[in-house]
Amino acid sequence: MFARLAAVDETSVSLRIDGEPIEARPGDTVAAALLAAGFQHCRTSAVSGALRAPYCMMGVCFDCLVNIDGVGNRQSCLVPVREGMKVELQRGKRAPVA
Amino acid sequence: MSNALKTRYDVAVIGAGPAGLAAAAVTARAGLETIVLDENPSPGGQVYRAVTTSPLHATKVLGDDYRRGLDLVRELERSGAQLVSATTVWSVSRELEVGISRHGRAQLLSARRIVLATGALERPFPIPGWTLPGVMTVGAAQTLLKSSGLVPQGSVVLAGLGPLLWLYAAQLLNAGASINAILETTPRRNLLSAVPYAPAFLLSPYFSKGLALLARVRRRVRILPGATRIAAVGDSQIQAVRFVARGREIRLPVDNLLLHQGVAPNVNLAMSIGVEHRWDALQLCWRPIADEFGRTSIPGIAVAGDGAGICGAWAAEQRGRLAGLRIVNDLAGGRVAEAPSEQSLRQSLRRWQIGRGFLDRLYQPAAQFRVPEDDAVIVCRCEEVTAGQVRHAVRIGCEGPNQLKSFLRCGMGPCQGRLCGLTVTELMAAERRVAPQAVGYYRLRPPVKPITLAELASLPRSDAAESAVVRE
Repeated sequence: MFARLAAVDETSVSLRIDGEPIEARPGDTVAAALLAAGFQHCRTSAVSGALRAPYCMMGVCFDCLVNIDGVGNRQSCLVPVREGMKVELQRGKRAPVA
Repeated sequence: MSNALKTRYDVAVIGAGPAGLAAAAVTARAGLETIVLDENPSPGGQVYRAVTTSPLHATKVLGDDYRRGLDLVRELERSGAQLVSATTVWSVSRELEVGISRHGRAQLLSARRIVLATGALERPFPIPGWTLPGVMTVGAAQTLLKSSGLVPQGSVVLAGLGPLLWLYAAQLLNAGASINAILETTPRRNLLSAVPYAPAFLLSPYFSKGLALLARVRRRVRILPGATRIAAVGDSQIQAVRFVARGREIRLPVDNLLLHQGVAPNVNLAMSIGVEHRWDALQLCWRPIADEFGRTSIPGIAVAGDGAGICGAWAAEQRGRLAGLRIVNDLAGGRVAEAPSEQSLRQSLRRWQIGRGFLDRLYQPAAQFRVPEDDAVIVCRCEEVTAGQVRHAVRIGCEGPNQLKSFLRCGMGPCQGRLCGLTVTELMAAERRVAPQAVGYYRLRPPVKPITLAELASLPRSDAAESAVVRE
């Protein structure tokens, strides 16, 4: 679990993760917003279905893959949040069918 | 700075960390048309991640050295180089053509010279449970701090070794956050092999910085030295960390376990182009073979910064400038009035590299954290291949990482070996009782980052390409 430091200004971008509305700070990546909102994981693995969470936060481990606005396998640690974004946690190999 | 892209540049620099920013500033100032392509939303690389956008820029949390990134970004802006962020490079060819993906669209551009400044990545730390939610790298947690002002909550344990671990610990304390414990994994004998290099390290600017940092963290955090057999314990989320220290097995409840065993060059792109690499037996990683200007085995392609061998941010800058300077001499002979002199760059590089041998030896990660002893440990996180499976493949005749792909799909997941490659090379070498160089590495091919078929299909096609596949 991660929390925002008090020194950090108010959050102001609204997005949805699995339908749940969350607030993020402009400049957050989707992975950061997800962790800040209390999500413990972002996907289940393709092989065993184990829960996975962002691991490297720099675009190399691919454990933070999610579905963003209908496109699966996006590296959430590289994509900045945008107002109205719809994020789905990724389940197994394929993105969930809308 | 216009963000419309051309199709031809004099110089394309890949990566906007210290080496890339410095290289591009040198070539652009000499009048060469220079583009910097970077995957992150804003420049700085990992060391100066989010330096232009950090919510902590006005605080003292991140320390003075972080501000150096701002100077480099300003220098780049003044130079006239074009900086293109949030752009993924998925291919570079021997013909110096660069494939990029930007806002969901693919594009090709060409350059007369290319500088690969792809930096470093954290070394894999394969231990039981390292794939559990609640476990991430120290660097990942630091990125969350720099770019979003986020700090880990609850029981926070750091494990491993290296300068970054101590720096992040100090930054957490600066931020008023608390650390339950640091499990230090520096092998005792490392000190012995490092001692002969200590006199040189005393002259390094890093000496006093490092000493102050260590002292501050040690005063305020419980340090458990000599930690071995570290394991993350939990079902769907980490609950505890188990380890052995001074012959005693200890279990600490944990909410966030942050791992770090130093960094290694991020060589995926260079390898995919066919740049020759060599196993570095001291830094325990692959590094591209390059001269002092970063020139590689492929004409027109240079490497700079940590991607050319771990050297640290300040040395990376100088290596970037040297690479840039060489390109200026090659392409714009005579227009070097504003460029720094080669000699002053060399001097500066020496100053920042002095004593590197001490750090490399002191913080050389222990074998047990590079090659898992426990056969059940996952080595390839993407395809969930264990150390035991790799060992078994070697026993039935598999000779190297590349062949291992067809045995186990190891290294064939989306990360393309970035999180398993070093482990697999060393594991197979140990099992075969040969040197890592003899075992080799995965053969890497473009696209080195995922790109959609629609993007690939939308690329312009030449007549030659079309006639190669179309039968009348």
